[in-house]
Amino acid sequence: MKNDIILSGVGGQGILSIATVIGLAAIENNLFFKQSEVHGMSQRGGNVESHFRLSGSPVASDLIQYGHADLIISVEPMESLRFVHWLSKQGWLVTNSSPYINIPDYPPVDEILKEIRKIKNNIIIDANTIAREVGSVRSGNIVVLGAASPFISVPFASLENAVKKLFQKKGDDIVEVNLKALKAGREFTGR
Amino acid sequence: MNNLLLLGDEAIAQAAIDAGLSGMYAYPGTPSTEIMEYIQASKDALARNIHSEWSANEKTAMETALGMSYAGKRAMVAMKHVGLNVAADGFINSAITGVNGGLIVVAADDPSMHSSQNEQDSRFYGKFALVPCFEPSSQQEAYNMVFDAFELSEKYRIPVLMRITTRLAHSRTSVVRSHLKVQENKLKLPDDLVQFVLLPSLARGKYKSLIKTYESIKYDARTGKYNSFSDGTGRDLGIITCGIAHNYLMEILNRVHKDYPVLKISTYPFPEDIIRDITARCKEILILEEGYPIVEEGLRGILDSGIKIYGRLNGTIPREGELNPGIVAKALGLPGSYVEKVSQLVKPRPPSFCKGCGHADMFTALVKALKPYGPGRVFSDIGCYTLGALPPFKTINSCVDMGASVTMAIGAADAGLFPSVAVIGDSTFTHSGMTGLLDAVSKNSPVTVVIADNSTAGMTGGQKSLATGRLSRICEGIGVEPLHIRTLIPLRKNHAENVRIMKEELEYRGTSVIIASRECIQTASRRKKADPGEKNKIKPDNEK
Repeated sequence: MKNDIILSGVGGQGILSIATVIGLAAIENNLFFKQSEVHGMSQRGGNVESHFRLSGSPVASDLIQYGHADLIISVEPMESLRFVHWLSKQGWLVTNSSPYINIPDYPPVDEILKEIRKIKNNIIIDANTIAREVGSVRSGNIVVLGAASPFISVPFASLENAVKKLFQKKGDDIVEVNLKALKAGREFTGR
Repeated sequence: MNNLLLLGDEAIAQAAIDAGLSGMYAYPGTPSTEIMEYIQASKDALARNIHSEWSANEKTAMETALGMSYAGKRAMVAMKHVGLNVAADGFINSAITGVNGGLIVVAADDPSMHSSQNEQDSRFYGKFALVPCFEPSSQQEAYNMVFDAFELSEKYRIPVLMRITTRLAHSRTSVVRSHLKVQENKLKLPDDLVQFVLLPSLARGKYKSLIKTYESIKYDARTGKYNSFSDGTGRDLGIITCGIAHNYLMEILNRVHKDYPVLKISTYPFPEDIIRDITARCKEILILEEGYPIVEEGLRGILDSGIKIYGRLNGTIPREGELNPGIVAKALGLPGSYVEKVSQLVKPRPPSFCKGCGHADMFTALVKALKPYGPGRVFSDIGCYTLGALPPFKTINSCVDMGASVTMAIGAADAGLFPSVAVIGDSTFTHSGMTGLLDAVSKNSPVTVVIADNSTAGMTGGQKSLATGRLSRICEGIGVEPLHIRTLIPLRKNHAENVRIMKEELEYRGTSVIIASRECIQTASRRKKADPGEKNKIKPDNEK
């Protein structure tokens, strides 16, 4: 088993939380992984990416090779396209459809979504709206993770356990909202 | 709890704690910052009272660590690669004084300049100083190496350099914590009380023994176990890997089920005979090293021996930038993978000031105040405010090294540029700006120094700034006329007044300082969450 995952978005959108949840679920299932993060200057409103390599056997490289990612999980639509050269022919692209606009020349969202639909295996989810419906717009990242969860080789229950662990410190309400967010994302993809 | 999930930086920190560390010294810098942060957050470190306060800069950190080593205890100092330039004086001379307690210097290199001004290779400093250098290939190896590095340091009485790169520093994986309960060293003065006295007459003898020590270290078992040769079926191509490059090679070879004779080098200096193991077997050699072609140049020697060598120098590997599995696959002549094209729709999204950042208000005022003089007169520095180079401000004209804003402004003023302005952050100012300001004051140089005071080291994630609450007194102490030390609060509502203050000081024909103080909104919001009553509110300069 091997899942090579690119996580993408804008600094501050919660990519590291997604990575942490997958990591905790991986540990519960005794899987190997390496998770490469971006720190420093790029975190200030720039685009960020994280490489997550999940495997049944020890992982050598911290980085994924172009054309070899099985999955792109993006919390922002334009950022999902920025990293398509990592995606393998059979890979899945799962992205939020709500844009994060902090540059003057952000392209029309319709055109971006049209471009994303050209990728063979794509799932586009309005994570911000769904997150708002389940209780907090801040859980958009976890909605996207839920939508991508069928393509990650850990049981859904392990992702739920990981969400509980990660948000435990912030109180039961936050845990509950994020569990709902995860589930709503999963139901959207429906696999 | 013997299996931990750690960044490479954190693996080094945990190992240092487990190896009996007594003092950690550092100045924040990507990708090294998390080493100190991990120790500051560690319960074990707190219980043992391991020193873990940020230093004013890398030089003071290096020297303080050397002082702890003098007193017999184990110390570690960590910095980003360019920080080693700042600490170089102490570092190079510490090789000659030698150490008493074990001393490890961690330098975190940033090939491809993800968050840096250059991609210098710290292994050069190891060779330059004649200090042994460990270069881990994985987080686990980083953990294990710290123990051996401390032992090697104490055995040969020499500091040990540990060189890591961004991808190791900032990649998280499972690390087995193997060595526990190592006792800290007791306070013990050096046997020879002039060991650290580098009078020329003493230094000459010490330098001779340093050269001998450096030679003996090549054959020490502690370093030897990290350099390994594994034979392959082929005899044409042999591959030499250094540090993390080994992982990229293994990734590719595992996938395509190929093997080659492979020599992994993870410590320097390495014994030449291990190189002969592979060069004697193979007709051609490929060298994979992150950073500069150091091993490649060493192997080529003055005259090539006839063996074909592929690497960064002949263009097989790009001359600059970090390695990745794709580069390695190409170097091995493997066919390229299918790669999707990135749409033209995708626009660059550079980093920018956070919404509500005080630096943005400061720049808005400065742009207005400078308008009558025209562009090209703002020297700046290293920090969040370097983003003043990008639209919409496009205001700063330099970003060279920590503190260079003040001194470059002085030089330009000496040449006749007026007004000549420096924009420097609070933490950068206490790192290396204060001495420059003394230069300015000594000749009353007509420069205006704007200290962008957000009361933290913001770019690296909000570490404590030693400048907080002290800036106006520091400037006064250095000798700036009190009338020309102006403080302001960079807020939109104060814009007109801030522009007026700036204009007044720009017109002054002497050294003036404008302290633009407003707490970083990132640290402010974190603090408010953690401390809703604001009992521990930081008081910047203008709220005293």
